[in-house]
Amino acid sequence: MNINFTLIAQAIAFAVLIWFTVKFVWPPLLKAIETRQKEIADGLAAAQEGRSALEVAAKKSEVTLAEAKQKASEIIAQAEKRGSQIVEEAKGNAKVEGDRILAGAKAEIDQEVNRAKEGLRAQVSALAIAGAEKILRKEIDANAHSEMLSKLAAEL
Amino acid sequence: MATEHADNAQHAQHALTPSAYIEHHLSFNAHPLNEGAGFWTLHVDTFVMSVALGLIVMGLIWLVARKATAGVPTKGQAFVELVFGFIDDQVKNIFHGNRHSFIAPTALTVFLWVFAMNSMDFLPVDWVAGIVSFFGGEHAKWRAVPTSDINTTFALALTVWILMIFFAIKVKGFGGWIHELFCAPFGTKIWVWPANFMFNLIEYVSKPLSHSLRLFGNMYAGEVIFLLLGMWAATGLTGTIAGAILGAGWSIFHILIVALQAFIFMMLTVVYLAMAHEGH
Repeated sequence: MNINFTLIAQAIAFAVLIWFTVKFVWPPLLKAIETRQKEIADGLAAAQEGRSALEVAAKKSEVTLAEAKQKASEIIAQAEKRGSQIVEEAKGNAKVEGDRILAGAKAEIDQEVNRAKEGLRAQVSALAIAGAEKILRKEIDANAHSEMLSKLAAEL
Repeated sequence: MATEHADNAQHAQHALTPSAYIEHHLSFNAHPLNEGAGFWTLHVDTFVMSVALGLIVMGLIWLVARKATAGVPTKGQAFVELVFGFIDDQVKNIFHGNRHSFIAPTALTVFLWVFAMNSMDFLPVDWVAGIVSFFGGEHAKWRAVPTSDINTTFALALTVWILMIFFAIKVKGFGGWIHELFCAPFGTKIWVWPANFMFNLIEYVSKPLSHSLRLFGNMYAGEVIFLLLGMWAATGLTGTIAGAILGAGWSIFHILIVALQAFIFMMLTVVYLAMAHEGH
């Protein structure tokens, strides 16, 4: 148990070993580990990002789907409305047209009736005059009484 | 292992007394560097073992670190990274600065090197003696555990001590360091200067002593117990069985001591260096 030159030799060996480790052993290990740590952290962050992006996309697709459904039902409702509107319109048009035709027909009928009445009246007055003539051949002046007869005929 | 113990020990007992056996196992392969010897002696066994272990351990790690990738690691790299992470975590909890530039690599070196040197205690003492006497003759001496040489532990502790003073001066400046020697921990009043200085002096002396002697004592005691068990194994059949069982038990317990002492030595190194960075 005596202190001797071995002490100095060992101290030098120790110093050289420390230098070797500081210079050649520690840095590459540190670099490898730190790089890997960074890569793992980046990977985890990217995964997290992807997960949140997926969530956003799912939410967005849900909203889009709901919008599309709403729009579709709106379109259907509009189409139904428009359809019934068209039917209503057609019905109204048809009614108006029918009424018009009916009115025309009625007017024509009235006209025909009037014309027939006119004709009948004229014939009735002529017949009456002829009858009266035959009865009252002598007493009745055709010219003097024709105005009165035609008045009578008009009253019929 | 037990039979080897017994054979060699019996052989040793025939040739030597028990005290000679222990003395043989506890003497260094000392090589005088010049005439007077004394201080100028090198423990060849300690030096060769520690340098070889340092080269093997740090070299193996370097081979892995050289090809370290950020991708999927190989099994070797995974293991090295496990050690790296363990050391890095310990340093991170103690030292709050740029640990990667010096302190953490130093902690790694200390831990692995001391661990490797301590582990030499697992080699059966008489196998080592057998191999060495095969090559170097019966009186060749070889101690396999560098950390049971006070020179090794003291060299490590002193290097840390010098680094400690270096970082203290680097961080606080020379003036700041001197100021701290006289003005901490009791205050800046002039009449407490002597007390502060004495306090710091004791701290600076006791740190390397406790640092080195703790490791040395543990490893030396472990080695002595293995030697005593080896001697017991030489006393006959009962001794052989008892020695083998107790030797196995002590080896298993020693795994804990080897790892724990390496860890404590590393932690103290980090704590001392971290303290040097902090002002009082």
